[in-house]
Amino acid sequence: MGHYILKRLLSLVLTLLVATVVIFVMIEVVPGDPAAYMMGLSGSTEATEALRSELGLNMGAWDRYISWITGMIKGDFGTSYTYRVPVSDLITDRTLVSVPLTIYALILSTIIAIPVGVISASRRGGFLDTLLMGAAQVGVAIPNFWFAILMVLFFSTSLRWFSAGGFPGWDAGFLECLKALTLPAISLALPQAAILARVMRSSVLEVMNEDYIRTARAKGLSKGQALMRHGLRNALIPVLTILGLQFSFLLAGGIIIESIFSLPGLGRLVFQSIAQRDLIVVKSIVTLLVLAVVVITFVVDLLYAAVDPRLREGKRM
Amino acid sequence: MKLPLNFIIGAILTTIFLCMALLSLVWTPYDVTALEIADKFQAPNIDHWFGTDHFGRDVFSMIMIGARNAVMVSLVAVGIGMLFGVPLGLYAAAARMNGGNLIDEILMRGNDLIFAFPSLLMAIMITAVFGPGAINAIIAIGIFNIPVFARMTRGGALGLWSREYIMAARVCGKGSMRISFEHILPNIANILIVQATIQFSIAIIAEASLSYVGLGTQPPDPSLGRMLNEAQTMIFFAPWLAFVPGGAIVTMVLGLNLMGDGLRDILDPKLRQRKAREMEASNAAS
Amino acid sequence: MPLLDVQNLNLSIHGVEILRDVNLSVERGQVVAIVGESGSGKSMTSGAVIRLLPEGADVTGSIWLNDQEIGSMSEKEMCTVRASDIGMVFQEPMSALNPVETIGAQVMEAINFSEPGLSRGEVRQRAELALTRVGLPVERFPLTTYPHKLSGGQRQRVVIAIAISQKPALLIADEPTTALDVTTQAKILNLLKKLVDQDNMGLLLISHDLAVVAEVADHIIIMKDGRIIEQGGGKGFFDNLQHEYSKALFAAARKQREEKFIKDGEDTILEVKKLRKDYQIGRKKMLRAVNDVSFSIRKGENIGLVGESGCGKSTLSRCILGLEDFQGGEIYIAEKKFNGEKRLRRHISVVFQDPYGSFNPRHTVGRLVSEPFYLLDDQPRPDQAREQVCEMLVRVGLTEADIDKYPHEFSGGQRQRIAIARALITNPDVILLDEATSALDVLIRDQILKLLSRLSRELDISYLFISHDLTTVKNITDRILVMKDGTIVEEGRTIDIFARPTHPYTKSLLDASPDINKVIAAETVDRTRENPNENIF
Repeated sequence: MGHYILKRLLSLVLTLLVATVVIFVMIEVVPGDPAAYMMGLSGSTEATEALRSELGLNMGAWDRYISWITGMIKGDFGTSYTYRVPVSDLITDRTLVSVPLTIYALILSTIIAIPVGVISASRRGGFLDTLLMGAAQVGVAIPNFWFAILMVLFFSTSLRWFSAGGFPGWDAGFLECLKALTLPAISLALPQAAILARVMRSSVLEVMNEDYIRTARAKGLSKGQALMRHGLRNALIPVLTILGLQFSFLLAGGIIIESIFSLPGLGRLVFQSIAQRDLIVVKSIVTLLVLAVVVITFVVDLLYAAVDPRLREGKRM
Repeated sequence: MKLPLNFIIGAILTTIFLCMALLSLVWTPYDVTALEIADKFQAPNIDHWFGTDHFGRDVFSMIMIGARNAVMVSLVAVGIGMLFGVPLGLYAAAARMNGGNLIDEILMRGNDLIFAFPSLLMAIMITAVFGPGAINAIIAIGIFNIPVFARMTRGGALGLWSREYIMAARVCGKGSMRISFEHILPNIANILIVQATIQFSIAIIAEASLSYVGLGTQPPDPSLGRMLNEAQTMIFFAPWLAFVPGGAIVTMVLGLNLMGDGLRDILDPKLRQRKAREMEASNAAS
Repeated sequence: MPLLDVQNLNLSIHGVEILRDVNLSVERGQVVAIVGESGSGKSMTSGAVIRLLPEGADVTGSIWLNDQEIGSMSEKEMCTVRASDIGMVFQEPMSALNPVETIGAQVMEAINFSEPGLSRGEVRQRAELALTRVGLPVERFPLTTYPHKLSGGQRQRVVIAIAISQKPALLIADEPTTALDVTTQAKILNLLKKLVDQDNMGLLLISHDLAVVAEVADHIIIMKDGRIIEQGGGKGFFDNLQHEYSKALFAAARKQREEKFIKDGEDTILEVKKLRKDYQIGRKKMLRAVNDVSFSIRKGENIGLVGESGCGKSTLSRCILGLEDFQGGEIYIAEKKFNGEKRLRRHISVVFQDPYGSFNPRHTVGRLVSEPFYLLDDQPRPDQAREQVCEMLVRVGLTEADIDKYPHEFSGGQRQRIAIARALITNPDVILLDEATSALDVLIRDQILKLLSRLSRELDISYLFISHDLTTVKNITDRILVMKDGTIVEEGRTIDIFARPTHPYTKSLLDASPDINKVIAAETVDRTRENPNENIF
């Protein structure tokens, strides 16, 4: 077990290191002169020169990379060029919106998808299965930003159940915030739930064909009992992978949704920064998101080991 | 052979969109570059099936061209993914089977690395840094298709490498490259085709997302994503402007997914083998 | 009234008739065996009794267990019957246990379902008892063990423990030993027999192999095409078989050695000298799969290489085929050192075990059989190649018309013929037969073995026949090598090995391998004892 964790941790750190190099090269080396890019067409020569020294562009690429990395480890992400505040402050505020939104969406998608998948599988070929899987097919095909637009049209404008956007801030109370996050979370969650339900269904169907289910049935368990006691845990193994992928997808996939609902989250911040060519902010947020993905993958690997005893001895099946 | 229903529906939807996209190359009901302000905001009617937008352009004509752009971007992007991903996967699998675990390991870690980047965000970044436009959208979407195909090819190939017919080919002195293309590629073509349709549909959504935020296909070329973006502010008095392009994306993606599912049912060797075995058993018993 | 009484059982699945008019009964303490080829309906019969059948199954007839008609019971009542009256053991021990639960939990669950209301402690005790009875004492196999820690034989013991922990009246074992090694097979069969005697259960034993069941069964049922064609038991059953099919089965099972082809003074065509192959497992551990193995094959000589799974015979064969590197020793083909060179490969070819996995499903038979031409320096023109393939197909008992068909159009036995044709096409000196008949039904296996002996005589070709089963190679080989843990523990002429095995492992293999002749011999002894006056010689 210890060996397994250590190996995963090592690969985590390695992936992160390479990822930072890729991000650095893409943002600071490939565009040529980042300062000129950030100033855009309007920048005067003096202003560009000032920015260049502020960014430390007079140093070599390698030195800049090292000082960026060491700064980040210390928690110093630099100062935003457009907002003129430390990037770390910007990010902290936005994280408090984005992460709850992601978790909310993930919970929604899971509690919809798993029962739908199980019910569909146990009624395979029946009317309910056809109906649910047909709905899932449509769900997969809906772009989440379009779904968000329709939701706003329906629930905010016509029914007036929810506000069309904005975020009251956590000081306004938990319920208020939850309400503000509900429509965005649903628009994020539904297409994901559709994918997850399909995976869950096929996973359950596959597991129900396994020999150990037959053993359980021979013990006297009914079909439902065999599914619940032996099938579910095994069927969840592939679903875990998808859940891990979805977490990272949702975290970054909020970019457009957060803009539609005017939520002050990470996605909206990164999008605004790209529009304003504030590379300092972009660089930091992308790195953070990659970090989140890698950490989630690591957590999923640990969860695997918790679900599957075969992995605890470091054997990959 | 009886084709599954989902395949038939999917193939019909896909064909309709492909025909519309092809037709738009030579003919559209109205010219979408001509602005007829007098005709603006017409609800769907007999002249304009899907109405007109704020410049008086015919929405149906714009959908046709928008679909063409989406199909083109997605087709090339998935093509890039396959062109690089499939040989990479074949090579990694062959390397692993011939003791080159390190090469395989490096290739697959590289794959994981691409997976670690949130794809939509990276696509937005790439198009932002290198400039918006169809070509950069293709590259941004294409890059994220490479690991998908590489991983799938490698997985399928590794499963086949331990088959006895591959061993028989090796006993005949055939090298790994020859075996990869002669024996392995044809036998994983099924799963690759299925995956390609799925990736194609994902690419269409990705292209729509990029255009929605203004980083994909540039004006005056119509694109489904940008049409949705523009519709957003007019949704209260011209809802068809939001419904129609969105509906077009959904039907296009739905068609591709249904076709992919149907193809899987037809081609999936595991499923087919199981069926064949069942049939054999019942034949033997009857 | 017998314990189990099946009357006029008919079964169809999606309208296809699977079983027709099956009648059988099992008494307490009795072992009843159903024998038949794949597709004969033997497993479906047991499935119908415990009512675990594929979707779309339609059953008619009556099934009485303990004077209860279980055939017409509701699914809910049937669950109770499965929990307390019937125990079941399946073929695949590797997948029969839930991989994410401990063996203790799986046995305890069974007890909970058969006797709800027992205290946790009692259930625990009963589970420990059940596992101990099947030879998995708690000291060495605690309840917290996970299935992946156990070998195939041990897992099958857990499955048996699950079955007997419910104290069933009837035990059904569906090919319980088919996936296991010969020595493990004998142990599991003895265990089942012992448990049946101790608990006075009835055992319905299902097998494809007459020889396996002959030793333990009190009553034998032979099935073909969904019907019982013959049943009976006791002494003299085999002497008085009525049906042609059962006679053929019996003859195949007890076949004696017919031909011998020992030759002297021929050239050595394959020589393995002190071959050594290690596998790296983990950081520091090494596994020596093949350890200093030496042997040679002369032209026209047939050698058997016998050993159980994991003994290194497959690794050895892959080294000889040039599919794997080895750390020490040499291989000589046609007296030249072989290290994967293409020009030497044409002297040796191979037939694999799985008739379904041996061919690229997308190639025609013509293309498949001509693939080895790749080895030749001057490859034949397409029309010449086609002619040679046609000739070879006829030689192995197929027709010229088969050349344009695809592998899925053939049965398992026919596919093995195609594989043999492919192996012969370049006129090799040695064919390596890697468990080449293990996946086939008994009668088909017999036909393929006959074909191989005929070809060996006609073409003066050598075989290296690799098998886990001594009896299979008995009839076709001149010499046998017995392999265990990477080394060859015994080598000798086939007749000598069977008559006077010297190594204890060879002896245990011989004892364990099912042999119908032993049963017949024992019966004969019994009979002479009973009728001392009758001179049977």
